Amino acid sequence: MSDAQAGGRLATELRLDDADGFYERLIDMNKGLTEQEALHVNAKLVLLLANHIGESDVLEEAMAAARAGVEGSA
Amino acid sequence: MTTYTYPRFDYVKPAELSGGTASRHPVAVVGAGLVGLTMALDLAQRGIACVVLDDDETVSHGSRSICQAKRTLEIWDRLGVAGKMMDQGVTWNDGRVFYRDSELYQFNLQDIPDSKFPAFINLQQYYVEQYLVEAAQVNDLIELRWRNQVTGIDTAAADGVTVHVDTPDGKYSLSCDWLIAADGARSTIRREMGLDFIGEVFQDHFLIADIEMQVDFPVERRFWFDPPWGPEQSALLHMQSDNKWRLDFQLGWDIDKEREVKPENVIPRVKRMIGDDIEFEFEWISIYTFQCRRLEKFKHGRVFFIGDAAHQVSPFGARGGNTGVQDADNLGWKLGLVLNGRAPEALLESYDQERVPASAESIMHSTRATDFITPKGPVSRAFRDAVLELARDYPFARALVNSGRLSTPTLLRDSPLNSYNVGFNGTGVTLGTPCPSVPVEAQYEGGDAVSHLPDALGGGFCGLYFAETEGDIPGDILSGLLDLAGADLPVSTFLVSPLQNAASKLRGLFDRLGAVTQALAAEPGTFYLVRPDQHVCARWRSLDIGQLETALHTAVAQRQSGAEQAASGG
Repeated sequence: MSDAQAGGRLATELRLDDADGFYERLIDMNKGLTEQEALHVNAKLVLLLANHIGESDVLEEAMAAARAGVEGSA
Repeated sequence: MTTYTYPRFDYVKPAELSGGTASRHPVAVVGAGLVGLTMALDLAQRGIACVVLDDDETVSHGSRSICQAKRTLEIWDRLGVAGKMMDQGVTWNDGRVFYRDSELYQFNLQDIPDSKFPAFINLQQYYVEQYLVEAAQVNDLIELRWRNQVTGIDTAAADGVTVHVDTPDGKYSLSCDWLIAADGARSTIRREMGLDFIGEVFQDHFLIADIEMQVDFPVERRFWFDPPWGPEQSALLHMQSDNKWRLDFQLGWDIDKEREVKPENVIPRVKRMIGDDIEFEFEWISIYTFQCRRLEKFKHGRVFFIGDAAHQVSPFGARGGNTGVQDADNLGWKLGLVLNGRAPEALLESYDQERVPASAESIMHSTRATDFITPKGPVSRAFRDAVLELARDYPFARALVNSGRLSTPTLLRDSPLNSYNVGFNGTGVTLGTPCPSVPVEAQYEGGDAVSHLPDALGGGFCGLYFAETEGDIPGDILSGLLDLAGADLPVSTFLVSPLQNAASKLRGLFDRLGAVTQALAAEPGTFYLVRPDQHVCARWRSLDIGQLETALHTAVAQRQSGAEQAASGG
């Protein structure tokens, strides 16, 4: 428990078995979409992956990491 | 200003135009560039005479392909020209990647610490070509014909190719058994044969500025995404020989090329990158676009395409020249065996079967890097920037940052020339992989110059038998190996031992450091069969001479009898 609080449980070392291949497919998935459509598709992707991960503390940590450094101007 | 003096090679009136007997050439190579010259030297080493036609009379204009990879250096070493390259080139193994105002990560590309060669040297293409020409000029089997411009070819005959050539003394025709098109991205041969490329052209421009300056920057590759000092979206810095530096700036698609190449417009870009107070002079400025594409097939009847004539990549990853040199390395021994009557013409089909996938792999890496460096559209851009931002803090994102996956030898995994792979579970050097350049000591007559494994292997088929002493090899196997060493298609086997002077009949390699044994995951009794281009094509934990003969037939595309096929199935 103390480990989890100190270091976090979000895995940030490389776990993808084919990092370049994954990235290529991610970009391909967005091909031919408008920005609005891409936002929609990528939102669905985040939800699918979040459900696969399932653990709320990991997801919260990921959300904090993603939001870090982005102030927001809305 | 340039400190390099371009050599001028003499045009000589060809035999076909001076009334002499025009001989038929076994091989004609079109294009005396980095790849064509490597090809000629490789063929000559195998005893094959060739004529090399080039429309120019000097070496590469500009530094062009500067990053010469370890595998390329190993191939040039086999051809006896790596020493000069090493002396003149700048050695590097490290790189650094920056995003905006911070360094994201560093990397080191040397995978074998005791390797004979570094991961890369940087050496201007004009030096590389000069050294290759110098070696070709003193080789009796190579005839260099400068200012001989190929204008067309005739491929109608079944047994040869006719090449139409224009010279200062007029036109002539030359006949050859096999034609090798090494005439670059704008290949005349390709155009004449009406062959199309498959692949992608990228809508972007990069500016090359080669400058001379005296600085003590570390010798490393530096790449910037969104550099803090420039309007450029990315930039690249490499050191070259003679205090020359290569600067690359991404300019985007909608630019005025004539305006951008003017030195007065390049100076501010350079100063923003290197600082205001460093003095420099331009050697070469050029704007380039790039494509990642290839021919569908590299062998068309009696015509082979090698290097840029066959395939082109973006410069990120140093895959242009280095892939081309591997093409020559792959084709040389095959053509040599066929022309010397040691292998059937079917072996030549394997050039296509091996180098098309190799090129496709290179193009895949190059395309991915280019897509990352120059994202197409706002969504790709958003993902790219997200990766870069996360890469500051998270290791997984660093793995996704792609500033070019730098050239490594292509593994010919699915080659039809590969056969037995018995008992290794993927450890050691897998089939289709070149033998690693690990240190070893030769203990046989003539082995004085051997410091690393590839030096010993040379340019023929080789076997590596791992045992403590020759007496550990079963008698029938030892006599089988000795027979094969004297066969029409010889396999010369080395005994690799952790002990000194272990061999008497075989040639001995003393693995003092254990590096060969470790790299090849060898145990006593392990045997590797290595091709003339030093790629492994079969291996056993426990050797069977019959299987070795079958593997050798497979490696030269020789049709096997029914009995042998049954053996290879079991």
